[in-house]
Amino acid sequence: MEKIRVLIAKLGLDGHDRGAKIIARFLRDAGFEVIYTGLHRTPQEVARAVIDEDVDVLGISILSGAHIPLVPRVLDFITQYGGDPNEIVVVVGGTIPTEDIPKLKACGVDAVFIPGTPISEIIKFIKQKVAEKRRDNL
Amino acid sequence: MNVQDFVERIKRGDRRILAKAISFAENGHPIAKEILRQIYDKTGKAQVVGITGFPGTGKSTLVSKLVEEFRKRGKSVGVVAVDPSSPFTGGALLGDRLRLNGADVDKNLWTDERVFFRSMGSRGRLGGIAKKTGDVVKLLDAAGYDMILVETVGAGQGEIGILEVADTAIVVLMPEMGDDIQVNKAGILEIGDIFVINKSDLEGAENLERWLSFTLSLDSSDSAEKGSANAERWRKRVIKTVATRGEGIKELADAITEHFEFLKRSGTLEIKRAERTKMMALEIAMEEIRAEITKRCSNLLLDSKDPYTIAERILKDIIKI
Repeated sequence: MEKIRVLIAKLGLDGHDRGAKIIARFLRDAGFEVIYTGLHRTPQEVARAVIDEDVDVLGISILSGAHIPLVPRVLDFITQYGGDPNEIVVVVGGTIPTEDIPKLKACGVDAVFIPGTPISEIIKFIKQKVAEKRRDNL
Repeated sequence: MNVQDFVERIKRGDRRILAKAISFAENGHPIAKEILRQIYDKTGKAQVVGITGFPGTGKSTLVSKLVEEFRKRGKSVGVVAVDPSSPFTGGALLGDRLRLNGADVDKNLWTDERVFFRSMGSRGRLGGIAKKTGDVVKLLDAAGYDMILVETVGAGQGEIGILEVADTAIVVLMPEMGDDIQVNKAGILEIGDIFVINKSDLEGAENLERWLSFTLSLDSSDSAEKGSANAERWRKRVIKTVATRGEGIKELADAITEHFEFLKRSGTLEIKRAERTKMMALEIAMEEIRAEITKRCSNLLLDSKDPYTIAERILKDIIKI
């Protein structure tokens, strides 16, 4: 079984990364290789990292309220840089209003995890979805 | 995609394909060996620089500053940054990339077309690098990167795995890590071509510099060319830096370039690389032998209690040595 590689990203003017760090730590304990981007990344930077690091999962943690403009831009840049956002699992975590969840999913996000989601649920989802994508990408 | 497609596209600098090939190499996928075999004649141009040292001394920050400096000098740079994998879960937190200068600093290295940064988990290998770090370096080399920086796991006293991949070894230290006895201990401090005292604005930097310089002046096992009596010797350097402020980085980059010039001029580079190719070949062969033995011995009868007798029987009966 190939190792699951995850990029945990923080975008734009959002200075809160305790949640991102805790998620990174739990995913590490689930046996994943987790790369954390640090704060204040641009969509271009995150897209480039997704490609160079060849991750299976992109997890965007966002608490600033700017998820609607920022998340689709990351996915656009992945395409622009020669990648394929459909090949990877894209999850978003943070303070996302319920009415925005369908909008994010419509632009290619596989799941949105709002505060209070049990970590076991996130890990289970990632494992299942990565297995699916790997089958599809063969 | 077949092997040939991979090879062509790596040589052409397609970074997505390069990234995929690196994953194949890391995972020991059979296609990786074929790709590596076919790109091998394209390798050897890059200077491979290893950066090792204790955890928290500032290796990742130094790497970021060096990437920036070499980019200013017109070089393209590949980085392989290794962090430890958990021996219990196999998981890893790869936290070197986040030190790389982004848009918030003047020069954005994240989106620079001529910078390729790859994080690696050590995946069970001790010694500061991963088993496949050497393969990843070869792929970056074939893709045409001029400089390849390999950052090890935060290393202790005995982890010298970096020698398996690096032309130039940099050992990063910081003040208050110990006294003159520590600097004279065997192991990691014997492998440096260049020593960096980072965070040299902290108290104790002068002492460390003095101890190190004195120790190096006693060094008789300098990287002299093997088999040649009057070979030119490399004078090991001690360079003080404050990586967060970019101090000492130019001097460090100069020393790195000078060391490569020395290696080429003295013929040491060829000798070192030939030695490494031999080691790598042995390593590849050993890996297959180990796998084969493990397979053949899966139903091993434990007819004796002591491991020595069992091992002897494995060698005699199963492998017929």
